[in-house]
Amino acid sequence: MFQSVTVRNLFLVPFCLWAGIFIFIPLVCIIYYGLTNSGGSFTLDNIAIITQREYYYSLRLSVVLALITTIICLLLAYPLCLILIERAKSAGTIIILLFVLPLWMNTLLSTMAWQTIFERDGILNQVLRLLSMPDMTLINTPTAVVIGMIYNYLPYMVLPLYVTLSKIDKSIFEAARDLGANSWQTFLKVTLPLSLPGAISGITMVFIPALTTFAISALLGGSKLLLIGNVIEQEFTVEYDWHLGSALSIILMIFIVINMVLTIFFDMSRREEE
Amino acid sequence: MKKIFAVLAVLLACLNFSGCGTGQNDKNKNEVYVYTWGDYLNPEAVKLFEKETGIHVVLDTFDTNESMYPRVSEGAVHYDVICPSDYMIQKMIDNGLLQPLDFNKLPEAKKNIGEQFFKQSKYFDPDNKYSVPYAWGTVGIMYNKKVVDDPVDSWKILWNEKYKDKILMQDSPRDALMVPLKIMGRSMNETDKEQLEKAKEMLVQQKPLVQAYVIDEVKDKMISGEAAIGVVFSGEALMIMEENKDTDFAIPKEGTNFWIDSWVVAKDAQNVDNAHKFIDFMCRPDIAVMNFEHLGYSTPNIAVRDLVTNEEYKNSPVAFPDPSTYENQETYKYLGNDMDSYYNRLWMQVKTAD
Repeated sequence: MFQSVTVRNLFLVPFCLWAGIFIFIPLVCIIYYGLTNSGGSFTLDNIAIITQREYYYSLRLSVVLALITTIICLLLAYPLCLILIERAKSAGTIIILLFVLPLWMNTLLSTMAWQTIFERDGILNQVLRLLSMPDMTLINTPTAVVIGMIYNYLPYMVLPLYVTLSKIDKSIFEAARDLGANSWQTFLKVTLPLSLPGAISGITMVFIPALTTFAISALLGGSKLLLIGNVIEQEFTVEYDWHLGSALSIILMIFIVINMVLTIFFDMSRREEE
Repeated sequence: MKKIFAVLAVLLACLNFSGCGTGQNDKNKNEVYVYTWGDYLNPEAVKLFEKETGIHVVLDTFDTNESMYPRVSEGAVHYDVICPSDYMIQKMIDNGLLQPLDFNKLPEAKKNIGEQFFKQSKYFDPDNKYSVPYAWGTVGIMYNKKVVDDPVDSWKILWNEKYKDKILMQDSPRDALMVPLKIMGRSMNETDKEQLEKAKEMLVQQKPLVQAYVIDEVKDKMISGEAAIGVVFSGEALMIMEENKDTDFAIPKEGTNFWIDSWVVAKDAQNVDNAHKFIDFMCRPDIAVMNFEHLGYSTPNIAVRDLVTNEEYKNSPVAFPDPSTYENQETYKYLGNDMDSYYNRLWMQVKTAD
């Protein structure tokens, strides 16, 4: 139907407009602000601020917490998806739906709910007291922030993994078994390599929001934990230093670019194998 | 391709115009642009003003002084009347964003606003030329009488190991550093870096005891009993005490912050006359009472107390403190951009400390 090149190009216009106005221009603004000072002249001082102790600490804490979150999400999601694809298709779909349901709820609301669970006199401690067990102090600790992030980001790990795993042709497993592979060998040599694309997009989709979050750490960390997302938010809203805030955003973007480069590199080497 | 550019150009043009829509001011319209804290005026009072004067009020709100400042300084919208806090007013005066008021047009303000509040305003408005006080208050220690059995009369109680994980501190550089500075007997407008460093160290030592650094969450946490003792603004204290009868509020003997939010008129105001009318209207005792009962913050309007109908408020030493208690209290000054950044850096160091 849409054979003519002009017509086809017309369909590209909305996307190009979108990308131009909401992706390209803001990106240029951030890079401009990040690399200039308030006088408008070029400087790398804003970027160099990351070497100062307090900025470096908050970046390091963010990376560590984001890594922990990603690893736990992967460890939780992978076995779950393996079990799901063994089940009948319908049961799997329902369980996946249940996993996605929390996404329909506002992140802030669900995080506030975690706050009331973790509080000193919160639901968790009340249950523990009923069972005559000692209280747990979770609120305002890194553990609380990590749990909050896992809860919010786990669906982003489950979905791509499930899609990739369910797409694998069942006959490949049968072939592996026919050729004498035990189930462990099948997993290592067949399932794992074939599911890697899903795992990698899952890792990206969990790691990046976990690295940049500021709401979860503010609510569950009691502002006692300063993540790089919180620092950037403060630079923009409290200190009103757009140059510093943009420079810190550029530094965060470097991590995202590294993540993307790794994905592309992996994709290419996989295609070569094929 | 050309078409795309044309579309883009039109779109950008639209964005441009809609962006400053509220700033476009038709000279013939009888309006006043008011920019104030969220929920800081009784909507009934605003309606009454519109009815009596025929001036249409365009009301915008902000939630921090810091978010208000750039919108005014960049002139995106030409506000007439603004209601910032003390140190921010000084910053705006210093940067030429305000115009002197014509007090001949403000008879109600002259009559009803307590002399003491104009005197205290000299901290940030040395000649009392730019501002009319609207609300004021202090910062003190809010505590739960069931948990705290020591006498609460000093900021030092916030360093007491006994209350580990039950202490709340304010999450803002000036309000946080004010506490150790006062314990050290220094000014809350301290600019000596050595002293500030010492104050920061005290906060770092205190950090393991602190449950959370809070702003608005302080109300929930004190009412629910999650926290037992914390740094709280007097206006919020009044609300907390109403909800949780176990709480009480004390002003530490080392001194505290006497804050004032005042009406000011922007330099590039388009409706200067209406702005004065608006400010003066808000100083009328019957209107000030409406605002006070809506807001709960102490009012500098000396005619209000007799008109308050809520007995609990009327007799509350938190709502109507004996002004003599506050004669020697300090008010925040604007310390300049460099000092502001320095305070922010110190606060970041506290928050990233292990």
